[in-house]
This record gives sequence, C-alpha cells and structure tokens, in this order.
Amino acid sequence: MSNLQVPAWGTWVMLVGFVAFLVLLVIYFKRNHGLKRPIFSSPYTLWIIVFTIVPCLLIAYYAFTDVNGAFTLDNFKNFWDSNYDMNKELIAMGFNPADMGFARGTVNVDTLGYSLWMAFLCTVICLVLGYPTAHIMAERDFKLGPTLVVLFVIPMWMNFLLRTIAWMSLLEDNGLINGLLEWLGIGKVQLMYNSGAVLLGMVYNYLPFMVFPIYNVLNKMDYKLSEAAMDLGCDKWKTFYKVTLPLSLPGVVSGITMVFMPAVTTFFIPRMLGGGNTEMFGDLIERTFLTANNWNVGSALSMIMMVLILLSLGLLRKVDPEGEGGSMI
Amino acid sequence: MKKLSLVLALCLVLSACVFPASAEEVVNIYNWYDYMDESIFEDFYKETGIKVNCMYFTTNEDMMVQVRVSPGAYDVVFPSEYCVERMIKEDLLAEINMENVPNAQYIDPSLLGGAHDPENKYSIPFMWGTVGILYDTTKVTEEEVSTWGVLWDEKYTNQIFMMDSIRDTMGLTLKYLGYSMNTRDPLQLKEATDKLIAQKPLVKAYQVDETKDKMVNGEAALAVVWSGDALYAMDLNENLDYSVPQEGSNVWVDAVVIPKTAKNKENAEKFIDFLCRPDIAQRNCEYIWYSSPNTGAIELMGEDYTENLAINPSQDIIDRCEWFQDIPENYMTVYNALWSQVKNAK
Repeated sequence: MSNLQVPAWGTWVMLVGFVAFLVLLVIYFKRNHGLKRPIFSSPYTLWIIVFTIVPCLLIAYYAFTDVNGAFTLDNFKNFWDSNYDMNKELIAMGFNPADMGFARGTVNVDTLGYSLWMAFLCTVICLVLGYPTAHIMAERDFKLGPTLVVLFVIPMWMNFLLRTIAWMSLLEDNGLINGLLEWLGIGKVQLMYNSGAVLLGMVYNYLPFMVFPIYNVLNKMDYKLSEAAMDLGCDKWKTFYKVTLPLSLPGVVSGITMVFMPAVTTFFIPRMLGGGNTEMFGDLIERTFLTANNWNVGSALSMIMMVLILLSLGLLRKVDPEGEGGSMI
Repeated sequence: MKKLSLVLALCLVLSACVFPASAEEVVNIYNWYDYMDESIFEDFYKETGIKVNCMYFTTNEDMMVQVRVSPGAYDVVFPSEYCVERMIKEDLLAEINMENVPNAQYIDPSLLGGAHDPENKYSIPFMWGTVGILYDTTKVTEEEVSTWGVLWDEKYTNQIFMMDSIRDTMGLTLKYLGYSMNTRDPLQLKEATDKLIAQKPLVKAYQVDETKDKMVNGEAALAVVWSGDALYAMDLNENLDYSVPQEGSNVWVDAVVIPKTAKNKENAEKFIDFLCRPDIAQRNCEYIWYSSPNTGAIELMGEDYTENLAINPSQDIIDRCEWFQDIPENYMTVYNALWSQVKNAK
C-alpha cells in the first residue's frame, strides 16, 4: 500500500550501512565482552515507543471516544450488543427495533467465543502433534534433528498469506488432494469452505511455534538426569513423566503462548480456506475498520482482544517466570 | 532477535531519513485489482516520461476509507458512481480541468450527467457493466438463471459463490424481493437479511476477486459476479455463461477521479486523457472485458464488441437495471449491522 520510493543506489548505501553497523557491533562486542551500554537499546526503545506504544494509546483513544472525539462507552456497548448503534439509528428514524425483531445482537460476542474455541483447538492439536515431534528431534541418538529444524524453518521464509493461498489449490474441489482421492476411487470430499479447513490452516501456520520452544528446552536438558532416573529403577514412561515432562514445562508453556495468541487473532485464513462463511475476531476487527469504516468500535474490539491476550500472558508468566522456552525465537 | 531488530530498525530509519524520494515525475493511481492492462503504463512512460505507481483495492468501501485516511497518497482513483456521489459530498474530489483531457470527447454522452455528477465536473466514466449470475451450463439451465431465485434453490446446495460486497449482495436480494436496490426502508432491509441468512446453508463461499478463477476451474455451479469477471471466465471455460436476471440488477459505472489532495494533478490529468484515447481504451477493454464508455474504442473493436450481449447488453436488460445511489451514513449503520448478521449466521 505504501508508495515509499527508494532509488536503486539507496539499496546499496543501505547495504553498506548495514555491513558497517555489523562490523562496529562486532568490534564493540570484542572490546566490552558483550553488550553493556544501555545506549545500544535506545533505537529499539524508540522503535517500540513509536510503533507499539503510540498506536496502543491511539487505539485506546478511539475506543473511548465517538466520531466527534467526545468521551463515550458506546463502543463497548457495541461489542456486547452488535445491534446497539443500528437500534439507536432505527429509533431516531421512528422505528421500534423490538417490533422488528432486533433484540440484542450477539454477533461480536459469538465471534469472540468462536475465535477462542478455534484457538483452543488449534493449541491442543499443535501440542499433541508438536510435543512428540520436538521430543524425537531432541533425542540424543537422532542424527536428523538439525535437518528437521531447517525443514521446519524453510516454509517460514515464505509469507504466510502465500502459504495459505497454496493450501487452497490443494484443498479445492478440483484441487490436488481431491484429484488423488478421485483417482483412488474414493470420490470427492469437500475439504474447503468449512471450519475444519480453517483449523487446518491455523495448525499448519502455527505448529513451528509450538515445536521450537519445546525442542529448545529438551535439547538443553541434561541427559544424565534421565539416565539417573533409569538407574534408580524408573522405566521409560516413568522417566518421561517424572523427569522429562516437568523439565520441559517451560517450553510447553511458551509454545502454548506463542500458538494461542496469534491463533485468537487469526484473520485472512477464515476468509481464504473458510470461504468467508464464518468470521473470526481478527476478520471482524478488519471489517469494522476497513469496510464499515467504524474506527471507534473497531478500536474497542481491538482493546478487548488486547486485554484478553495480556491476561493470558500474565497467567502464563506465573508458570514460566524465566521465559526459558521462548529464548530461541 | 532483539539485536537483529535493532539493526534492522536502524537501517530502516537511516534509509528513510537520508534518501529523499527521487525527483522523477510520477502519478499514483489507486485501482481495483485486475482492472487495467498494465502494459499501458510503459507506453505512458515512453510518451510522457511519467512513471505510474499502482495500488489496489477490492471494494468501494475499502477504497473510500483509504482515500480519507491517506491524503496525498493517490492522484487517480477509480470509484463507482455512488461513491463518486459520496466523495463529492465529502469534498474529497478535485474538479478535472477538461481542457487537459481532450480525449473525453469520445465518452458516450448517455453515460454522462448522471445523478452522481450532474455537471461532469469531477469524474469521467472508465468502464461500466452489470451484476449478474455466472453459471455452469452443464449444471444449470438458462431458464433457471432468469431469476435470482436460483440462488435460493436447494438443488444447488454448496454450489453457490456469493459476493462479499455489502451493496451488491444486499442489492440483488432486494431486487429479488421486488424492492429497490437503493432502499432505505429498514423493514425491507430486514427482510433481505433474513433471506440471505436463510440462503447461507446453500452458499459455498463469500468472496470477490477469487471467484472468477474458481469458476473457471469448475468449483461451483453459480456465482454472483460483475460482468467483466464473467467475460474473463467465459473466455477461459466454454461451459460458462452469464445472465442478468429478470427481476433486474445493478448497472454501474466506474469513473476516474482526482482526489482533492492529489500531489500530481497535472500528471493525473495527462494519465486520464491517455486512458480516454481510443486505442488505449480499446486495450483496457479487451484486457478486462467490461463495457467501454469510449465510442472511439467501440468503433475500433467493431463487431467483436457490439455482437457480444454480455459486454454490450441490450436496452431491455439495461432498462431492468438500477443505478446505485449513495446511502447516507446513518442508513449505512443499519446496512453494516445487518451485513454483520449475515456474515456470521451459522
């Protein structure tokens, strides 16, 4: 959308600047044995202020004001009752919304519930698939571990929108999978345009975020601890749930956080793989901003989302105070 | 990760501060996806030395939001007529200096002077067309698609693509119910909403830009589309055909306008004049397959154009159709809330 123009030589100067910066950084590291001066964090702090804190304040401002900038709580009433603004207009036009069958609109609340449910399912599936994968990858005798890590990372070099669109050509009625099914004589199955396809897209996109933190923790775990447990008479399973599992919990918590949070705010995937039949909360926010042009209600919805995420983050912090599992990403 | 983002941030800030944009002449256009033969940009550059930067939108509503919030970002925009009306009301448009657009003489006078821009001061028609049903002739008969009712036929469960565009979809439902597409009567709107919610189990997907290619692949039997998308698909799949149902539909004009905040107004006028030149209008028309308002281009295209009923609909089809009018904000609140109910009905 941006029409920012960087001339061709600008790219070169940028590259030179980038390399110079890296060299300086390395020299600085060698001299000081690591990053010590807080001055180094100042660009990052500036970045956070300009691009995270200020926008958050703007969202809060829009959420608590109406189109004229006056303080109001109506935007949050619109979350609870999606017909709130409409019914107000209808009354102003001389209609009685109740007579017309317009009670409280539950669209927004339902969509949030649906998003939470989908995110929950996505997290559970990612955990069930991701934990054994990470466990196998981190096995001491398993030589392919690093290769698998690379294989997990490679698809992430491509933008997630493109990966989602690629799924469409697999799942379509006349897509690759159905072509195969038909060739096998099983016949076509409608794979796309439903919640199942949306869930598949979400699991596909977020699975690496579950595997890596767990792999990271398991990889660093001292193998001697398991050996000690076995020496003391634990069998394989007992070793797992008495030693390995508790030690890997920080990774699991981190993985859950990193899957659940983006999963709740998922958008685009429901529109592409779900055929726009049911919106998730991210789609709802997008539509409220872009199509309905209602920045105030859109901001209120975003704020509710952010508060929910912060709450779950705080809750998880209690389980994993060191944030160990996330150190890899 | 923190270190990396620090480095990247610094480089970005550096590059943004140190290098000013180049001094090259440009025109920034904001157009629908797939709505122009983009090879004309090169010809325009060769002839005038002006570089065309193109940005895209999917629906009128999205476009309006962007034009409001990014003043100066766009020099040429392509809104539909009801949005031209709204943009004039909101004082978003600059008057086009017609002396700089001599090729506007080729525009069909019957498409000028509409209610959206009665004095033709702000807009020049770019393309026009209808909304109708694109259908697979191997699954649906011509008689069935003579009514919008086919979209409510349970025989086609999971075989229908609807348009994810609020005015178009509500509009055709209103037409099916025998009302005006521009209705402001909440009772009629409520009836249309209920109708659309009842239809939901039959619908495969709500989408806009994806529909045409999926229809070519035979993903569904019926789809609500704009006429140009229909012609594009029919060209690639001979089993497809297009129908404008008897209850009537929407006939629309997409116009070319210049936002008041445009930074390169003269370049914009040069570009608009270029678009109105018959040979260029012909190239655009043959590329996107919408109906051309350019009499010069139609002459160049000859029978290929005039004999094609989908691109050059007969007068009785046009007479059945209705133009969209701008709907004021308070009624749009009702539209939006109802559309939200449709989109999220289970």
